[in-house]
Amino acid sequence: MRQNGFLLALPTIAWLVVFFVLPLVIVLVVSFMSRGRGGVAELPFTPAHYERAFGIFSIILWRSIGLAGLTTVVCLVVGYPLAFFISTRRRRLVQQIALFLVILPFWTNFLIRTYAWRILLGEQGTINGLLLSLGMIDEPLTMLNTQFAVLVGLVYGFLPFMVLPIYASVERFNFRYVDAANDLGANDVRTFMRVVLPLTLPGVLAGCALVFIPSVGAFVTPDLLGGTKGLMIGNLINNQFGGSGNMPLGSALSIVMMAVVMLSLLVYVFANRRDAGA
Amino acid sequence: MKESLLLILVMLLLAPAALAQDMAHEPWTCPEGYEGQTLSIFNWSTYIAEDTVPNFEEACGVTVNYDIYESNEAMLARIRQGNPGYDIVVPSGGTVQRMAEEMLLIPLDLEMIPNVANVIPDLLGAAYDPENEYSLPYQWGTVGVGYSTEVFPDGITSWHQVWEHDGPVAWLDDRQTMLGIAHLFLGNDPNSTDPDEINAARDYLIEKGGNVVTVAADDGQVLLERGDVDIAIEYNGDILQISWDCECDDYAYAIPEEGSNVWIDNLSIPVDAPNPELAMVFIDYILDAKVGADLTNYIWYASPNQASIESGYIDEEILNDPAIFPPPEQVANLFAIIDVGAEAEELINNAWDELLIFLGQ
Repeated sequence: MRQNGFLLALPTIAWLVVFFVLPLVIVLVVSFMSRGRGGVAELPFTPAHYERAFGIFSIILWRSIGLAGLTTVVCLVVGYPLAFFISTRRRRLVQQIALFLVILPFWTNFLIRTYAWRILLGEQGTINGLLLSLGMIDEPLTMLNTQFAVLVGLVYGFLPFMVLPIYASVERFNFRYVDAANDLGANDVRTFMRVVLPLTLPGVLAGCALVFIPSVGAFVTPDLLGGTKGLMIGNLINNQFGGSGNMPLGSALSIVMMAVVMLSLLVYVFANRRDAGA
Repeated sequence: MKESLLLILVMLLLAPAALAQDMAHEPWTCPEGYEGQTLSIFNWSTYIAEDTVPNFEEACGVTVNYDIYESNEAMLARIRQGNPGYDIVVPSGGTVQRMAEEMLLIPLDLEMIPNVANVIPDLLGAAYDPENEYSLPYQWGTVGVGYSTEVFPDGITSWHQVWEHDGPVAWLDDRQTMLGIAHLFLGNDPNSTDPDEINAARDYLIEKGGNVVTVAADDGQVLLERGDVDIAIEYNGDILQISWDCECDDYAYAIPEEGSNVWIDNLSIPVDAPNPELAMVFIDYILDAKVGADLTNYIWYASPNQASIESGYIDEEILNDPAIFPPPEQVANLFAIIDVGAEAEELINNAWDELLIFLGQ
């Protein structure tokens, strides 16, 4: 039986080894090699790229972590009430329509949607046009090519990843606990903080991980919306693999970014454990 | 009635000129002995006139295979893996040098290309191929400043106007060109390989780049068109394109007086070309005064062909556009990018990464 189990898992294991472990090992090895002509990897081994990654590139790494963190917070603040609203609708059909609307943007290509933000946020864009014609501002606001634009783009892009897991959590939540808390004299705020939030925390944590991880490595959004001020680590990694880049440095930056993601996953696992234990 | 009279009058006036042109120039004739052969061309997309290839096929009685690419790197990658059968490629200056060093090009036999005499002398013997051993110019252009004429009613003549402008500016994501411009101000060789000079150029750009909102890969003209920037450093063709698209005078292109980058795309023959002789015949054909003029009239890039320019075959509108054909005093200030070698390449890439990091601070 045990052997059968192993046989059944074999395709998955083979898949993971060939397409996950092996590439990861290659990236790790390349990240310690020297840069050759045209940006390819060469011997001898050197830690120089990590020195650079933790040196000057750390400015952008911190910016990426900051922007991703802010994106996660905004998604949570916007997404939690939304998920709560959807999952507490009485009629199943209303829930389904609302969920459908959350997922609907995925029907359009992400690149096209991000380009659309360029038109919305531009100096002579839709938003500035509207505000100017309403007389709310005298000068167009500079929104495009700022960190604000990147934040807007990231929140817009990843909000569904926050809403869906929280929805699943709230849906499973037994609202009789709320009645019980109320009966025992807890007000609404206290009930939420002590009963609802802890019991829906797994969904919140999953949502945060699903938003934070892709945000840290975002590349298209800062490329199109961020300009020089919204440059993120994903753009610099992409540069290293461009026509005249530096594969080993790009690999080192990728490894550092992966370490950041791993750390945030560890936080997630740890928080989940404690939650389950409590 | 009046209009048709006028038309006849105009035709009568123009006819002698046209006749004179035809008499001045014998149509290009193909050397004997190539009938039935095949030529394979690998060129940039949208970079040839509609009738250039069919006319050549007819003149020589040959068949031409035509294939396109989007970047020097893409073409280089194909040839590096082993030439799949191309006889003609169109590399830019630095790429010619690189391909020659990697022995990816076949030397040209200039005796088979008499029309080399038609090429503007200044465009021959460029630093990337001093003896024109491997390449002859195909078309050329410049990097300069595209700007909004509303913001700059008096035009732009100096890079200082770009550095000091109080408003959003887009730079071009072309590291050698941008650092080269900085080198000009610091009194260094635009293709400097000296580490201190490269870092000084980087620091100069960081200092002058406070108004830069984005370093655009190839869409600076779109940002200019949408009003997101007042100035975009760009290739001349890209800025001309938005001017034609809007059919307006809202945008203009200028090469600042301190100088800028000139790029030349070249005709070359890759190693292992199946038919190098016919390829040289084709190069000679392209360098014909009439063929070259027809090409430029169609694709609107600057012709390297002195005979095409002098013969009057090129449309006046193109010839008199300083954005396409910069005046001679500007040409003197233009620098070409050369291949700087592996070490300097790494220094330049590092400097560029650092520039991108600090521009947003």
